Amino acid sequence: MSIALPIVDHPQAAKDFVNNVPRSHWHDDSLWFVRTKRDRQAQSLPEWEYLRETASAIKRHTIANLPDYLQEFEANAIRMGAVVHWAADAAEHNEIVLGLLRKNKTHRIIKSKSMLTEECGLNEFLIDNGIDVVDTDLGERIVQLRGETPSHIVLPAIHIKKEEVGETFHQHLGTRKGEADPQVLTEAARGHLRGKFLEGEVGITGVNFGIAETGGIVVCTNEGNADLGVSLPRIHIACMGIEKLVPRFENLAVFTRLLARSATGQPITSYTSHFHGPRDENSELHIVLVDNGRSRIRDSDTFRDALNCIRCGACMNTCPVYRRSGGHSYQATVPGPIGSVLGPTKDMKAHKSLPYACSLCGSCTDVCPVKIPLHHQLLAWRSELVGKRLLAWNKRVGMKAASWLFRHPRLFFTAGYTARVALKYLPKSLTHNRLNEWAIDRDLPDPPKQSFRAWYAQNRNVAKPEQPE
Amino acid sequence: MIAEAFENREPQGSKQLILDRLRGRAVPSDGLPEVDPGRLIKFDDRIRQFQETLEFVGGESHLVDSPEQVREILEGIDAFSSADRIASTYPEAIEPTVDLAKVSDPHLLSSLGWTIARGEFAIAENGAIWIDGATLPHRVMIFIAQYLAIVVSRSQIVDHMHDAYARIGAPRPGFGVFVSGPSKTADIEQSLVLGAHGCRKLQVFLTP
Ligand code: SF4
Repeated sequence: MSIALPIVDHPQAAKDFVNNVPRSHWHDDSLWFVRTKRDRQAQSLPEWEYLRETASAIKRHTIANLPDYLQEFEANAIRMGAVVHWAADAAEHNEIVLGLLRKNKTHRIIKSKSMLTEECGLNEFLIDNGIDVVDTDLGERIVQLRGETPSHIVLPAIHIKKEEVGETFHQHLGTRKGEADPQVLTEAARGHLRGKFLEGEVGITGVNFGIAETGGIVVCTNEGNADLGVSLPRIHIACMGIEKLVPRFENLAVFTRLLARSATGQPITSYTSHFHGPRDENSELHIVLVDNGRSRIRDSDTFRDALNCIRCGACMNTCPVYRRSGGHSYQATVPGPIGSVLGPTKDMKAHKSLPYACSLCGSCTDVCPVKIPLHHQLLAWRSELVGKRLLAWNKRVGMKAASWLFRHPRLFFTAGYTARVALKYLPKSLTHNRLNEWAIDRDLPDPPKQSFRAWYAQNRNVAKPEQPE
Repeated sequence: MIAEAFENREPQGSKQLILDRLRGRAVPSDGLPEVDPGRLIKFDDRIRQFQETLEFVGGESHLVDSPEQVREILEGIDAFSSADRIASTYPEAIEPTVDLAKVSDPHLLSSLGWTIARGEFAIAENGAIWIDGATLPHRVMIFIAQYLAIVVSRSQIVDHMHDAYARIGAPRPGFGVFVSGPSKTADIEQSLVLGAHGCRKLQVFLTP
């Protein structure tokens, strides 16, 4: 499958969001609030760093031995009574799900949040095939009713204001015009979705963790929508990326301690459900294992650790670029730092601007519960993009020139002198023009009076470094 | 080239294809780490820690000494005394008004007001309670009732999730859930609202 994706230009896509200054600040503050809640939880556990290290080691071990663990998982899941399907890519995943629905002559689906099905475009595919799909996570339902996509993997509607939710609900659910109280709006959604739950013929969920040793799956939610969605209908379809495995049942302890604390600053999600096989002899549990590019990421020594991701969203909440530019500016299923790593693995050209939507501050790497070296990976992407000549020409020329200059000390000296003089005398119209995007919101620094070289020559006898003890 | 390999697959051939792709790239790895229990948090007073954490996640707890006390407390709650459809797997305190054994289809529980269920044990660090699906005639009763009460022994509180999973042991076919507080959402502007799709409130009774 190789659809040519449109090339995403992050700065361009972020423009409207960033230019709406109050909204951009509001978004920034909302996410920072979540980040501070995460910090409080992380600090409440003395073993936090130990847990992160252990989680990372478990994941690396699992990904390295993935084929064995997948087979162990399949055998045990079958032993528990589940049916296991394998999908090489998104198209096959969607066909498998549709096939199951057709076989059972079902048309009404209730779905809980799953980034995998978003990645595969399952909703659109099913709707095109005449199936009614209802997202039951409140945030996802809001974006679904508005014809949008989630802008965050844990908080799908974080970019939408309550007044806008009120307007959407007024149109679709008949709430009072102008109603913007989250309590009232949530209550309206509860009533509306209860009806959908009762009508649903098949429940589709994602999977947070699959356990090789037991063949079970774990689904974590706060709303209880996944549980309600699969406890009523006879058929449960669980869609799971192949990287979601953990080897042993006891390993879940490490991940359930990290996930919600990192995601929303809760000590654990309200519901952490463990499914081993179908509900009863009349019910079915189907588990669809999906590759869709994951095995390719595993091939790469540089990017393999990205498969550790447990989709907590902490890297987004802390990212200064994400917080100010909004999730939609990434135009990818997964936005933020991890999305900028994953995007180019799917299509390097289409997502070439994402590794640059990053200040390399490293905050994502610091909060990631499974210790993915996110900012190192983003930097690594930049050099791959340069190697593949996918860098924008203005960056390419600048970088080439800088590298040449640094390799020629004499020229560097002259250039430094020229720049100091130029910074002093050049008119703003020349430094702040269309070609220099950097200068749109910034001023150039005041030039230093002398170069470091000159300062050192003058001071080397005066400023002796202190003698070590 | 990868795309081509995927396109040329046989019907149902994807299992082998995926495994071959993975086996085609041997990745060296360290062993699976074991968690050192000595490095994990321990609480001096697990009951208090559990109660405080449960409150933090929006639940309410009561220390009780007898099933009668559970009944008294529940009867003092308006939403309980006015409820007519009650499911209970703790008849010592609350006689069910819905006979779960006679309910053949879980959809028939849609108007359930309350569920009183038993928990196996609780966890101090996160206020969660483990409910074993084998104790539930219909698992939906935990999620569909407007209000939920869980009865669990206060002598059965473990420190953290590591002890919790050790306690569960090897899972049998079926279902089990950690419940920590009532259902909730903050999807509208990060304002916390209790009672998303599951229970609106959670009462936990800690028996001896
Ligand atoms: S990369 Fe790390 S921080 Fe980001 S979503 Fe994944 S697990 Fe969470």
